[in-house]
Amino acid sequence: MVAQHIMGLSGLAAAVLFIFGLKRMSSPTTALSGIVVAGVGMLLAIAASFLTVAELLQSGNARLETNIALAIAALALGSGWAWWRGSKVGMTEMPQMVALYNGMGGGAAAAIAAVSIFGAQADTSLIRAVTAIGALIGSVSLTGSIIAWAKLDGKIDKPWRFAGQRVVNGLVFLTALLLGLGLIVTPGTAAGLPLAILFFAAALGFGVMMTLPIGGADMPVVISLYNAFTGLAVGLEGYALQNPALMIAGMVVGSAGTSLTVLMAKAMNRSLANVLFSNFGDAAVQGGAGPQGEMKSSSAGDAAIAMRYASSVIIIPGYGLAVAQAQQKLYEFVKLLQAAGVDVKFAIHPVAGRMPGHMNVLLAEAGVPYDVIYDMDDINSDFANTDVALVIGANDVVNPAARTDKSSPIYGMPILNADQARQVYVVKRGQGKGYSGVENLLFFGDNCAMVYGDAQAVLTQMVQSVKDLGA
Amino acid sequence: MTIDTSMTWLIALYIFMLAAFTGYEVISRVPSILHTPLMSGSNFIHGIVVVGALHALLSATSLSAEILGFLGVILGAANAAGGYVVTDRMLAMFKTSDEKGK
Repeated sequence: MVAQHIMGLSGLAAAVLFIFGLKRMSSPTTALSGIVVAGVGMLLAIAASFLTVAELLQSGNARLETNIALAIAALALGSGWAWWRGSKVGMTEMPQMVALYNGMGGGAAAAIAAVSIFGAQADTSLIRAVTAIGALIGSVSLTGSIIAWAKLDGKIDKPWRFAGQRVVNGLVFLTALLLGLGLIVTPGTAAGLPLAILFFAAALGFGVMMTLPIGGADMPVVISLYNAFTGLAVGLEGYALQNPALMIAGMVVGSAGTSLTVLMAKAMNRSLANVLFSNFGDAAVQGGAGPQGEMKSSSAGDAAIAMRYASSVIIIPGYGLAVAQAQQKLYEFVKLLQAAGVDVKFAIHPVAGRMPGHMNVLLAEAGVPYDVIYDMDDINSDFANTDVALVIGANDVVNPAARTDKSSPIYGMPILNADQARQVYVVKRGQGKGYSGVENLLFFGDNCAMVYGDAQAVLTQMVQSVKDLGA
Repeated sequence: MTIDTSMTWLIALYIFMLAAFTGYEVISRVPSILHTPLMSGSNFIHGIVVVGALHALLSATSLSAEILGFLGVILGAANAAGGYVVTDRMLAMFKTSDEKGK
């Protein structure tokens, strides 16, 4: 009985520490302590859950010793692997890593549900229903996240689409729902086992089917959605287990994840339904005349010297910068400019990188302090008073067509006003189009010059040119 | 003898409702530069699922429950440990100009 009180209080303490930790994560100055606070809560809850052994001893479970050994082995295996993998993963691969860990959480929630469903435990029909819904959501999150991981990791490089896909997906989902309903109304009957197997197969299959047609550029939104799904599944299984800590932590993540998902979709000027069901990327070929005029090009050296003698420069980094692994080089260049008295700022579009905030992480990794990094809303009015805007590896997020061209698929998307700077330099590998497949009007502007080449090579030249000035 | 820890569905709904508001309020004040670590941080927090999986495994009375529970604990522990280490790594990199100078 004492054990139960301690477990209950540890759960409560964990919930408090989680919320307090999340709150601290909301500011860069306290964020690091936030995750530590949440981590303490997690350790506390895990340690306390072994106290359940005291109760089980009284009830005399013959398998208890085996179970304890299995529990310790599983904890060591799971956390050991994840810790090792998470410690060495590169910052550019962070989104797919988060997807993978998230899917595993969904899988754990589905496994908890499976234990009670396959065990046909004599629960109330309400608890059976909650368990089944949690199992459905957790399973979708597991397989969906694995597909998302494979896509971002380049293991699946094309969206898989066929005619009538939505109808088929809808049928699979409906099948899972009906099978789940069957489990709720007929517990413990002879049909129970095959029904349960089919139910999980349909739920796991739906996660795969739902994610396959979605393009790689939209994966961050999908990962965020599955993050919310896992939270929801954990919360529901928490109710089935009558464990308030799981309910609170799961639901906090479920709602926080949902609003984060909506924020991301909004930043891309899309609705969530549009991301999930529109097969974006197919319609890239469009009629109408292309942009008028031609692109000018400039050498890396000329661009560098222009920036050296400018008074203000705003840098707009995109994922292309990270692909070229050129963040360090960029910061070296920025430090040279700063030493020469140039006011340098970074402007980050909400969807720069692979997910919101990803570019900030990549810049932080290179050592760029966050007080020279600005969000779109804070910096957009500064461009008109800026000498040079340097765009590196970004494309759609600086395309003025989003403001002017109603026929463009990116029309209405908020963009960085790079075109308003007195001079724009765009570092780009070639003349290709952005993710959306749209020509960029900025590149054809009078004040814009293209610097072709790999970002790493171009920045190396830029650094050299400024150093050669000897100033 | 055991204490009564069961809750009615109504109390459960209250808990869910308050937790949902809390999650919404916390996230709405986060600057977008922290969105990636935050997604990862919230990913860590639902790693608490490992506690539920531990419960299922420890109280397992059949082989199938043991296998599923074992799987659940592995997955849940990986979620928690992985979520923690990547969040910690990302957040450790955020520094101001002043901190750099030292």
